[in-house]
Amino acid sequence: MTSLTAYLLVSALLFSIGLAGALTRRSAILVLAGVELMLNAANLNFIAFWRFGPHPEALTGLIFVVFSIAVAAAEAAVGLALIVAVYRQAKTSDVSEIVEMKG
Amino acid sequence: MPSILHILWLIPALPAVVAAITALLRRRQRRLSAGLAIGSMAVSLLLAILAFVQTLENPVRQVVNFRWIQFGSDWIWLGWALDPLTAIMLVMIAFVGLLIFIYSVGYMAHDANFTRFFCFLSLFAAAMFGVVITNSLLLLFMCWEVVGLTSYLLIGFWFHRPVAAAAAKKAFLTTRIGDLGLLLGIVWLYSQTGTLLFYDHGAGCLEQGALTSLLGAATVAGVPVFTAIALLIFCGAVGKSGQLPLHVWLPDAMEGPTPVSALIHAATMVAAGVYLVARVYPLMSLSPDGVATALKVVAWTGAITAVFAASIAVAQNDIKRILAYSTISQLGYMMLGLGVGGVAIGVFHLIAHAFFKALLFLGAGSVIHGCTEEQDIRNLGGLRRFMPITFATYAIGALALCGFPLVFSGFWSKDAILHAAHGWSVSQGPFYLGLFGALLTAFYMTRQVCYVFLGRKREPLALTEPVLSPRAPAEICVIDDPHESPRIMTVPLLILAFFSVVLGFLHTPAWPWFASFLRGRDVSLSLGTLDAMSVSNLALDFSRFAEAGLLPLMFLSSLIVVGGLGLGWWFYGRRPIVRATDPDALERIAPRIFRALQHRLYVDELYDATVIRLVRWTAYLSDWLDRRLWNGAVQAVRSLVTGLGWMDASLDKYAVNAGFDEGCRGVSGSGRLFSRLQNGRVQNYLRAIAAALVVLAALLLWRSAA
Repeated sequence: MTSLTAYLLVSALLFSIGLAGALTRRSAILVLAGVELMLNAANLNFIAFWRFGPHPEALTGLIFVVFSIAVAAAEAAVGLALIVAVYRQAKTSDVSEIVEMKG
Repeated sequence: MPSILHILWLIPALPAVVAAITALLRRRQRRLSAGLAIGSMAVSLLLAILAFVQTLENPVRQVVNFRWIQFGSDWIWLGWALDPLTAIMLVMIAFVGLLIFIYSVGYMAHDANFTRFFCFLSLFAAAMFGVVITNSLLLLFMCWEVVGLTSYLLIGFWFHRPVAAAAAKKAFLTTRIGDLGLLLGIVWLYSQTGTLLFYDHGAGCLEQGALTSLLGAATVAGVPVFTAIALLIFCGAVGKSGQLPLHVWLPDAMEGPTPVSALIHAATMVAAGVYLVARVYPLMSLSPDGVATALKVVAWTGAITAVFAASIAVAQNDIKRILAYSTISQLGYMMLGLGVGGVAIGVFHLIAHAFFKALLFLGAGSVIHGCTEEQDIRNLGGLRRFMPITFATYAIGALALCGFPLVFSGFWSKDAILHAAHGWSVSQGPFYLGLFGALLTAFYMTRQVCYVFLGRKREPLALTEPVLSPRAPAEICVIDDPHESPRIMTVPLLILAFFSVVLGFLHTPAWPWFASFLRGRDVSLSLGTLDAMSVSNLALDFSRFAEAGLLPLMFLSSLIVVGGLGLGWWFYGRRPIVRATDPDALERIAPRIFRALQHRLYVDELYDATVIRLVRWTAYLSDWLDRRLWNGAVQAVRSLVTGLGWMDASLDKYAVNAGFDEGCRGVSGSGRLFSRLQNGRVQNYLRAIAAALVVLAALLLWRSAA
């Protein structure tokens, strides 16, 4: 088993954990945390493919991940702000109870 | 002197305006309404006299025509004319009308609807003036109908009495029959000549051009067109003037107030028929050779009517009904005069009759007024002493009507008619009928005068037969206190009596002024200067009495009149009946004839049994047809349409609507299905994405493995 495969497995595991969290947790904050985990699994994939790729001397993967983390931070901020706004409206952060937006 | 022609329209316009104003007055403005009516009549009389004087100086016919409405490509023209015939009629109507208006103030003094009465009277006067001044047959017809309307309104003036209302209806409907003929005649004449103006500078329908073209027109069913038109126009005259087949309305018209009977149903309106025949005389006398057929019909109708009505008058008991039949009879004489002698003779009798018959009616009104509304001559009696003025004037009127020799107008006018009838080339029949009528006239007038004025006051009948006395029995009461009428009623009587005498001298065989005047000859009679009369053929010439058979004829007719008077005196004056229930002298001699005459020779009954029954059956039939046949057709169409509508509705409901509804249901059902997916649960969406991811990953793996 090459080390790339190990990284990818870790990354897949991480993604699966994040997905499971996002799908099962009822608190909106924990759902957001699950989403962060999945994002980081993707970041890990970037790093791994860069590290074991044909041009490890170019810092493309690293730079990409740094951007991605910055964007994820902004996304987390927006997500949290949305959660606060929804909480003010609905007096709850339980996503299974916030069901007004339906057809 | 400016021509009065251009303000001639004022004569009918003034009473018309007054009628309009009076219609708006309140009930208690009695003096104002009477004042307005009498004032307008006086002004009209003044204008009429001015017009008359002008025609004396210049007897040429003058016309004013104006365009009225467009009719296809032609214009309908209306207009008025001033000629001697118009002028003399205007003066007569205005003068008699004025006197009767004044008299009405006294007669109607106790009536609550005084203002309404004067409103109708003014309207009548306006229409009557319109009839005589018009120069258009169409305008004449319009005024003619207004006259008929006012006659209807005034006969039914006491409409709360059922008899009066029925009489008004009868008068209106009966005259309509004649008017239908008149209208047809007018339309036919228009289609033949293209104009309804009488005189239009050579283009009118009574002028040479139109008459010549009528003579040349084809015959219809064996009758020449001009004769047919003339007879149709004569139908109108028959209805209006109460000639034989259509006379039944005039006696019943006596249900109106007595001044109305005097003005409308004796002096003016009923004479309108005679006037009409006189006006269209050129058309009436139109014939290629010999005496025109239309004139023969006119003469025979008049002669038969004269005798027929006079004989009925012999046996009547209602003072006004006797006069009504007498009027019919005299109108018959006028028609006879027109038929055998020409315009002047007929119209002269018309004018003379207007005065003495108005006098008689007003005298009768005075009697009725003074004797608590009693009209049955059997209940009156001995009034000579209580009402001397009425008696004297009534006697003058009666003598004038009988044609008492030499001093009364009726003698000269009737004698002219008889003389003309004697000289008629067609037949001597009308002449003998006229003589017999004269005898009857003298007889029934003597009978009436004897009953009413001579003898003593009688006890009234307990109950008169309802058919013969229109008054309700409750109104027949003892005449306690007969009294002479107030001066406002007696003065018109005196004036009319004066004219009943002097008018006769306008047209005697020695001095036929009237005929020359009407003919528009050179009548250079400057009022008062006798020497001017010697001009032309107008000299006072007693030698004319020597003309063919004139003196024997005058002697004969005088003899007949005196005989009639004597006969009347023998039956009724010699021994006046004492009680009102006593049988009539004639009834004792010939009860069956008397009873037949008393029942007006059963003409009303005959009409009831024939015409009215026919009309009633026609009405029933029409009603039945209307209900069953036409209504059935209408119902069938209605059912058809309803059925179609129902079909349409169900098609809409069950086919179109159902299909559309089904489509809608499908769309909304699928919408509901899909909306279930979007249930608002964020994690469900996420789950779907995850599942899709798994499927995608599996697919990729499977592809790369393969």
